[in-house]
Amino acid sequence: MTTTELTPLDRRSLLGNGPVERLERMMEIREVEDAIVQLFMDGHVRGSTHTTQGQEAVSVALASVLKPTDLVTCTYRGHAAALSLGILPIQVIGEVLGRRIGNVGGIGGSMHLCDQSVGLLPTFAIVGAGIPVAVGAAIAAKQQGTDSIGVAMFGDGATNIGAFHEGLNLARVWDAPVLFVCENNLYGEYSPIRTTTPFEDLYRRGASYDMASRAVDGQDVETLRDAFAKEIAAIRQDSLPRFLEIKTYRYAGHSRTDPALYRPEGEKDRWLERDPINLATAAILKAGLADEALLNELRLTVKARVVVAVQSAMDSPGPELSAMFANIIAEKTP
Amino acid sequence: MRSKGVCRVAGESSGNVRLRMNQAIGLAIADEMRSDNSVVVWGEDVGAAGGVFKVTDGLIEEFGSDRVRDTPISETGFLGAAIGAAVSGLRPVVEIMFIEFLGVALDQLVTEAALFRYLSAGAYPVPLALRASAGGGLGFGAQHSGMLERWLIGTPGLTVAVASGARTGYGLTRAAIRSNDPVVVLEPRRLYAERETFEAGPDAVISLGTAEIVQSGTDATIIGLGGTVPVIQEAAADAEWSAEIIDLLTIAPWDRATVLSSAARTNRVVIVEESPETGGWGAHVASVISAEMFSSLKAPVVRITTPDVPVPFAPELEDRFLPTTKEVTHQIECLLSTGAPDPPWWVREGVTL
Repeated sequence: MTTTELTPLDRRSLLGNGPVERLERMMEIREVEDAIVQLFMDGHVRGSTHTTQGQEAVSVALASVLKPTDLVTCTYRGHAAALSLGILPIQVIGEVLGRRIGNVGGIGGSMHLCDQSVGLLPTFAIVGAGIPVAVGAAIAAKQQGTDSIGVAMFGDGATNIGAFHEGLNLARVWDAPVLFVCENNLYGEYSPIRTTTPFEDLYRRGASYDMASRAVDGQDVETLRDAFAKEIAAIRQDSLPRFLEIKTYRYAGHSRTDPALYRPEGEKDRWLERDPINLATAAILKAGLADEALLNELRLTVKARVVVAVQSAMDSPGPELSAMFANIIAEKTP
Repeated sequence: MRSKGVCRVAGESSGNVRLRMNQAIGLAIADEMRSDNSVVVWGEDVGAAGGVFKVTDGLIEEFGSDRVRDTPISETGFLGAAIGAAVSGLRPVVEIMFIEFLGVALDQLVTEAALFRYLSAGAYPVPLALRASAGGGLGFGAQHSGMLERWLIGTPGLTVAVASGARTGYGLTRAAIRSNDPVVVLEPRRLYAERETFEAGPDAVISLGTAEIVQSGTDATIIGLGGTVPVIQEAAADAEWSAEIIDLLTIAPWDRATVLSSAARTNRVVIVEESPETGGWGAHVASVISAEMFSSLKAPVVRITTPDVPVPFAPELEDRFLPTTKEVTHQIECLLSTGAPDPPWWVREGVTL
């Protein structure tokens, strides 16, 4: 099950194979995120980073049912989405480190991951900014007669910003084939949701724009996959927007510098009991899709793969000076 | 646990303090809050978390959650609300965590707040202080590293200042809070951790629109703003030439008298900007100096800027992108020896677009 020679697109299609492949990708995301945290702690990289431990099931389930022609907008907490959609660990880690091997050559950094081959626009470092963009992608797909959709991934905090409300309204009045994926991890930056938002059930905000809207458990990857499959099939069918609120949790603080001291005691432990990787492991064992020995081996393989990716990324040179001047505008204007 | 704020005593601080820039700005806010109950602080994570750059650390403990409010991620909402509060008796200090986040709320600042006094024939001035972290050097990438003062200058009704260290951060912030008009104070992120000893208290307030000559000299006037001031000081520290260094402090409106009188003494002017060449504040300052002093200048006014590119992430690129001590030194030496500046580094090295 080695995936080192695969392209992002190949890696992405693997997720449709079965629960073991989806578990493997979640393991990979966890390993990459832990490795990135370590790289920051060891002083190998400056700036900030926002990790996704605890939310791995969301993007894995989503990517397993999307088509490469669907266009995804995602937040600065985007490593998991990038890896799920297929971007290689070395490309993500390399970008976080600012190396030439990074997925945009080291000029973007942790908050700006992108790969056209898998339909990921540069991840957005401004809260809510990607939401109307996904609506526009959906309108274009519809107008061009394809059944591709737009997907906007964002957090609970983004539902308080104007772009969210304007984007949802526009999607509904223009009947855009777009899926709004709200990862509700209960914290907007350092603030608990109850201090910023009048209610926790954010699917109600989707419903207020008169679109099909519901909440789903974000920790069980297979349940989540079924939910995404159902909504996306419906969108392709009737070309109307839909809203899924994903009930999930981030284990880390908002960013590298946030120790998350604001959590109530015991909250994280309760969520750890429903860790997406553990849940998927138990389900696979119970269904007899793999035995413990195989899953242990898988874990070791993934770990080793990420260790190699970290080392290779560290060994990669930084960008050439000229990279700073590339891709600003077209070389020749018409 | 979080560290506590620097000044927990009641009453305004005074006397010598040694503080990091973030602490000094926090102290400025606290001092204004102590002397004026109408001063309130609003922003994302400014309260319980003490601000992501720890500027407002300790304020909620001292002043309570009515005066120090954590907001949702809703810049249009809380900036607009601050305008309403400002015309209704409060003096809001609003934090925009990264200046880029002002983009979603620009209307409230430049089209509403800046115009209220004018459009109400003077009835509704807007005493609003807007603080934001700004600038590069910390590896925050293209959407979290701009100075972006260019978004704001040229907006009649809006005052724009930029801190260059702990002392000026303190003095400008107090002035901004006291102003009866909207004032933006930009805080260069890479200076937050820099320590400086200075005299705190009411006398440390820096008048908006007033530049400071931070070092006298004879060969050239070098004008900086915010993060470029320490760069210029470093370049001039061991130099054989003698520079008069001006910290502009306020860029809208800027202190023409101080700049022009210095230029009249040195007859050579170099401007160092942390912003792309096109449309930078230095272009305007240079045009005024050139027009007023054309016949007495010994050389063209030189602008040292960043190239016209987004802020790159990779450290080796970002370090080149920002104006460096080395580039300042090179341009001054070139100016003094040849009477003209060298092309910027990206042209010299042939790496331009």
